Amino acid sequence: MAERDYLADEGLATAAFLALKMGRPLFLEGEAGVGKTELAKTLSAVLDAPLIRLQCYEGLDAAQALYDWDFARQLLHLKAAEAVGAGDVRALEGEIYDRRFLIARPLLRALEVQPAVLLVDEIDRADDEFEAFLLEVLSDFTISIPELGTIAAAAPPVVVVTSNRTREVHDALKRRCLYHWLEHPGFDREVAILLRRLPACTETLAAQVARAATRLREADLVKPPGIAETLDWAEALLTLGATDLNPDLAAASLGAVLKYREDQQFVLKNGLLRDA
Amino acid sequence: MPDPRLRLVSVLVGFARTLRAAGVGADHERTQSFLAALERLDPARERDVYWAGRLTLCASPDDLPRYDRCFAAYFTGARAGPRSPRLIVTVTRFTATPSGGRGEQDPDPNVLPATASAVEVLRNRDIARMTAAERDEVHRLLALLRASREMRRSRRLAPSHGGILDPRRTVREAIRRGGEPARLYYRDRRQKPRRVVMLADVSGSMAAYADALLRFAHALVRSEPRATEVFTVGTRLTRVTGELRHRDPAVAMDAASKAIPDWSGGTRLGEELRELLKLADARGAVVVIASDGWERGDPGLLAAQMARLARMAHRVVWVNPHKGDPGYQPLTAGMRAALPYVDELVAGHSLAAFEELADRLGGLRHA
Repeated sequence: MAERDYLADEGLATAAFLALKMGRPLFLEGEAGVGKTELAKTLSAVLDAPLIRLQCYEGLDAAQALYDWDFARQLLHLKAAEAVGAGDVRALEGEIYDRRFLIARPLLRALEVQPAVLLVDEIDRADDEFEAFLLEVLSDFTISIPELGTIAAAAPPVVVVTSNRTREVHDALKRRCLYHWLEHPGFDREVAILLRRLPACTETLAAQVARAATRLREADLVKPPGIAETLDWAEALLTLGATDLNPDLAAASLGAVLKYREDQQFVLKNGLLRDA
Repeated sequence: MPDPRLRLVSVLVGFARTLRAAGVGADHERTQSFLAALERLDPARERDVYWAGRLTLCASPDDLPRYDRCFAAYFTGARAGPRSPRLIVTVTRFTATPSGGRGEQDPDPNVLPATASAVEVLRNRDIARMTAAERDEVHRLLALLRASREMRRSRRLAPSHGGILDPRRTVREAIRRGGEPARLYYRDRRQKPRRVVMLADVSGSMAAYADALLRFAHALVRSEPRATEVFTVGTRLTRVTGELRHRDPAVAMDAASKAIPDWSGGTRLGEELRELLKLADARGAVVVIASDGWERGDPGLLAAQMARLARMAHRVVWVNPHKGDPGYQPLTAGMRAALPYVDELVAGHSLAAFEELADRLGGLRHA
């Protein structure tokens, strides 16, 4: 994974290894911006498999997540058959519910494309009903379509489920998965990630940014910066031509790392970036 | 001579059992996954055993410190750390018969012979000034409380007589009838109960009401288990929703009192509220804060967090037990800081007050 510029710690590496070997979904929880979604992207690059992403939201239903019939084309087909005078109604019905009229949504696509990495992003935003049919798909990697039969995956896709934990996801779903709680990276790893991702970044700047980020996380803010914000911040500083983090540049680019006005004021007032 | 593999399995299963005893939900299925995971790793390496167990046996960040403690105790022989002292809530089992329905031959001396008028008097009495037997009766009535819930329109669509055209069903029917859309089908947004997030202050100044508040919270969780979150606040914030899900009030209260580490401390409401906004999704929810507003921390911080909360929540209801006092003025620093952001300030000192609160949550009587 390091080849793909993703530096995982021991726990996450073990989790990914087991998910691949056991064919189990990986359930990642952690604060926003610790690299949950990024892991799925990396796995997809490492395995050279397409990433199929399903962003969850309230009211997400089977027609959006599993499959849908292409009604317009079905009707057209029906009219065309009428026009040429096809007689057998039964045969016509079979034709209409054919695979070519089926629109595969992310979950079905993940079973059909092989190999695939399926990312079910922010499942805590979906509702209970969605959890129920996701559980059904994840428990045996099949989808049954009444008109067509059961579609099964020859090889189960690699599944990554992420949650920001704004609500408790049902235990039955978690039980199917390997559970991993992602923490903010430690200082050394954060420096390594910055250097890896931003080749233009000097070691001095990376160390200063990582130290400042660590301090911001300790400061008990509304939204402590994740690794995604640290990367943005370092990039913003590089764009401003910084070679080291001085208070003026830090204040000017604060919007890249702190997204709440209260947090920015708190940090400036208490001089948290003064001696970084 | 026992098979070494069998010995290993029994050691690992024993570990899962230890975790279960410590309150981690390491059930049979998870234990199986644990063994399966270790088959792909090296069971002789401590780190491999650690991660295989953590990935398969834990299910929430709350489990992790318990897991680490058990792992150290079980595999390295270290002793588990001292448990924080806690106050035990007195728990009495009740039979769920409506009050007044059992008459004179009631064999249980702990239950007051409840006549309609006696219940009426009890209903309006301040819980803090009750005898143990009276309080038991109130708890019994609280256990019977059915809290209705305000509804909101969900984003999920369901079949209905009007609303948005449902192309899926309409066309499916049309195809069945040879392509003629003879009947149009509709879908409309469904009604869902609005979420309630309750924050119950269990600090020292609220000690007399904490038990009743938790019982009220239990009634809320029981009536809408999937749309309620309950936290307690003292010196730290504790999520007790899971503990209160148990149907039997005695079991639920027992579990909750074990989970709360800081009964009867001081309150730092501002900080806890900020923590709450990280943990729970207050967006669109009815937020109930039950506290007397004795803030030990900075009232300015509390005001700032209340302002954030007011922007996110659908409604903020503050329950203050002292509001029941006719001469009550919101004078505590915390209460004064929070008041501008509170939609409703209600009493929470008696059974009648709790019943009224339950009605308000149903959106029945709110102004």
